[in-house]
Amino acid sequence: MATQTPVTAILDKTPASPPRRLLFQVLHDWLTTLDHKKIGLMYIVYALIFLVIGGLEAVLMRIQLAIPNNHFVSPETFNRLFTMHGTTMVFFVGMPILFGFGNYLIPLMIGARDMAFPRLNAFSFWISAFGGTLLYFSYVGGSGLYGAGSAPDVGWFAYAPLTAHVFSPGHSTDYWTLAVLLSGVGTVGTAVNIVATTLCMRCPGMKLSRMPLLVWLYLITSFMVFVTISPLTAAQIMLMLDRYVGSHFFDTQAGGSAVLWMHFFWIFGHPEVYILVLPAFAFANEIIPVFSRKAIFGYPAMAAASVCIGFISLSVWAHHMFTVGMGPGANTFFTLSTMIISVPTGIKIFNWLATLWGGKIQFTTAMLFAIGFLFQFLIAGLTGIMLSVSPFNWQLSASYFVIAHFHYVLVGAILFMIFSAFYYWYPKITGRMLNERLGKWHFWLFLIGFHLTFDFMHIPGLLGMPRRVYTYEADRGWMMWNMIVSSGAIVQTAGTLLFVFNMVRSYFKGAIAGADPWDAWTLEWSTTSPPPEYNFAVTPSVASRRPLWDLKHPEDPDGNYE
Amino acid sequence: MSTHRIGSCLAASIPFDSAHGSTSVFSPAATPAHAIYSLSMLVLSITAAIFLVVAGLLVYVLIRYRSRASDTEEPTQIYGSNQIELSWTVIPILIVVMLFLATARVIFATESAPKPVSAMDVTVIGHQFWWEYRYPGFGVVTANELHIPVSDPQHPTPTYLTMSSADTDHSFWIPRLAGKMDLIPNKINTMWIDPPATGLYLGQCAQYCGTQHAKMLLRVYADSPTDFAAWIKHQQQPAEENAAVAEGRTVFQHNACISCHSVAGTVATGRFGPDLTHVASRDTIASGAIVNTPANVRDFVSDPSHLKPGALMPPMHLNDHDLDAVTAYLMTLK
Repeated sequence: MATQTPVTAILDKTPASPPRRLLFQVLHDWLTTLDHKKIGLMYIVYALIFLVIGGLEAVLMRIQLAIPNNHFVSPETFNRLFTMHGTTMVFFVGMPILFGFGNYLIPLMIGARDMAFPRLNAFSFWISAFGGTLLYFSYVGGSGLYGAGSAPDVGWFAYAPLTAHVFSPGHSTDYWTLAVLLSGVGTVGTAVNIVATTLCMRCPGMKLSRMPLLVWLYLITSFMVFVTISPLTAAQIMLMLDRYVGSHFFDTQAGGSAVLWMHFFWIFGHPEVYILVLPAFAFANEIIPVFSRKAIFGYPAMAAASVCIGFISLSVWAHHMFTVGMGPGANTFFTLSTMIISVPTGIKIFNWLATLWGGKIQFTTAMLFAIGFLFQFLIAGLTGIMLSVSPFNWQLSASYFVIAHFHYVLVGAILFMIFSAFYYWYPKITGRMLNERLGKWHFWLFLIGFHLTFDFMHIPGLLGMPRRVYTYEADRGWMMWNMIVSSGAIVQTAGTLLFVFNMVRSYFKGAIAGADPWDAWTLEWSTTSPPPEYNFAVTPSVASRRPLWDLKHPEDPDGNYE
Repeated sequence: MSTHRIGSCLAASIPFDSAHGSTSVFSPAATPAHAIYSLSMLVLSITAAIFLVVAGLLVYVLIRYRSRASDTEEPTQIYGSNQIELSWTVIPILIVVMLFLATARVIFATESAPKPVSAMDVTVIGHQFWWEYRYPGFGVVTANELHIPVSDPQHPTPTYLTMSSADTDHSFWIPRLAGKMDLIPNKINTMWIDPPATGLYLGQCAQYCGTQHAKMLLRVYADSPTDFAAWIKHQQQPAEENAAVAEGRTVFQHNACISCHSVAGTVATGRFGPDLTHVASRDTIASGAIVNTPANVRDFVSDPSHLKPGALMPPMHLNDHDLDAVTAYLMTLK
């Protein structure tokens, strides 16, 4: 490989960007951009706005549930709140924020100048953004009939036949259907883009076996998107046909099947959890090694375990349906498939531990959040094993125990890792460091708030409290636990506000980051912070999984050990 | 079994008391709930052990391998080890196999249990937002308060519930008796319960079914055999004819009440709402949400959605005089 460009040659030497332009020009630039970094940032900012909205909805619900028989919000409002909270957080926070980071990082990490299809990329973002706007427009446009409600109130998995015209008059359910359907179109577009970019645009020398694990996990996630968004889209179209053309797929009063909807929804819905969590694993695979100062332990096993998770996750969906009367045969099968997925997941946790083992661990804010992720993901996995035991699940499903379990995954694992990713890549994206002191306050506040809320949320579930109740009986012994859970929500809110403040303040006043503030090893740290529009002046070429390690340690390059 | 003891300690650390009114999954009072409880203790013990090992390792590496101010060089780079990775693949697989076999046994023991000839059948139909109970063997129809006989383990008389829904999905969940089972329109599900001790067992709808999902409460009364026989005999009687409340009966029968409610032996044969033949013999109204007193019944009839927003019964706009009369009539339906 004598013709390879040395990594030093990729360092950018172009002059600083031209002076600031008119607001209109800046706006026009962002609205029409095809640059993967700007689209990625728009995804992230859009998701953060919805994160605040979805978070406020959660706080309102927690105020209502702090004491029994509270009248803070009406039952109708409460039902809309949990529907909007769930739909927002899954489709308009989780998906866009993860795709935002993917969009931003993947070309930089594989040494490409942009995604494979820049126009498709912009289209995907704008159609997803339109979906989210449509969902919230339902508050204004949803009451097609007098008294027919505004925002959807059918729950985020919208079980039939509650979505039928007779139980959901007006247009609120239609807004929900359209919003989810459009977000799915955008998601598939981005997934196509990630697959094409990863397979076709890697720089010279970057074999599949040398790709950063982050890119591997995004590749797997994207393949899962192809398989899972299709049944969701099909189900939404069938639901619209039921509501407007008079078909009877899910209309039980005309012989349709409520269980059919559950199958369609969960064959999307369960892999969706992995679609959300694999990118979080992806961040951990980059951040934990850098702050342990060691290469990731068992790279091939990590990639293989992720592929296994991808495949197995397609066979576990009906563990959401252990109580719908599938019979002992199906219950046994889905118990086994669900338990098996804990094996590759366990491999990942052990490999992260082995990466830490023998390292020199630096407790930066990014690393603190990653450690929080490890700890909480362990617990979420263990409560997941409890739920996979279908007889135990007959007690726990649809109770607050389940709510606690999946928030442990979505907040304790995924959101913690997203915060970690912000602290890690913010310097690359803006050229300035996030304030570490504020970051540590953010971490500890959020950690305490998280554990107050979600540790204690398991208990009312074990004591018989079902989910989706706007209030509860005073004599069941649930009040104290609900009070603690609600107080934790306030602490988490405070932590999140600190994070927003830190992001804004550091953008103007943060320390200058430089190209490589963390002494890291992947290609994105070889270009300037923020990277120029073309990413790399010269296409880099690599000889190992950690090109910048090779550059910094020419006496002991990684390639010797692959 | 010692692992069971660890699980029991975990469960005991939180007040999952079995006192009256408890809905804790850790105070089982019937065979299906007991089977789940024993299995859950095994699962809790295994997961607690895994947690202690892995979290312990995590804390250990964080302390042992923290970077120190004196560090100047990078640590030794280790890229992996096939033996180690094999071991943490095989050990979890063994745990999964063990747990799966223990689980499969309980699944089949509960769901494929042979139905004894001495079993009693009850049909449960979920409605927005109340429960209909039909006893096909006795010709009895009632609502919201399920009476069953206790089941002596020597001569079991379990109750088999055949379940469906009249509208949206619901779920029948009495944590102390059994796990939940959904009531789904166009689908027949079954479950069984066999509490050996008399008493009141509480629960509530566990599948979101609409506006008033929260106040679709469940009450199961396990009666002694003689009490149960007396209860059935009473329920089989038509409604009591009491001349003192003739006016209230007229108001009831001349309004839309009879379109939805049944009172056996009268012209009221509606099927949409709860059967009222013996409504005054129940402890609660509005699906367990309200104590059954004359004042509460009057309040509820005057404006149901004031006490239970989203209830499908409309306000009948009766004047005070008619309200009093109807309330008096309903309270005689013992």
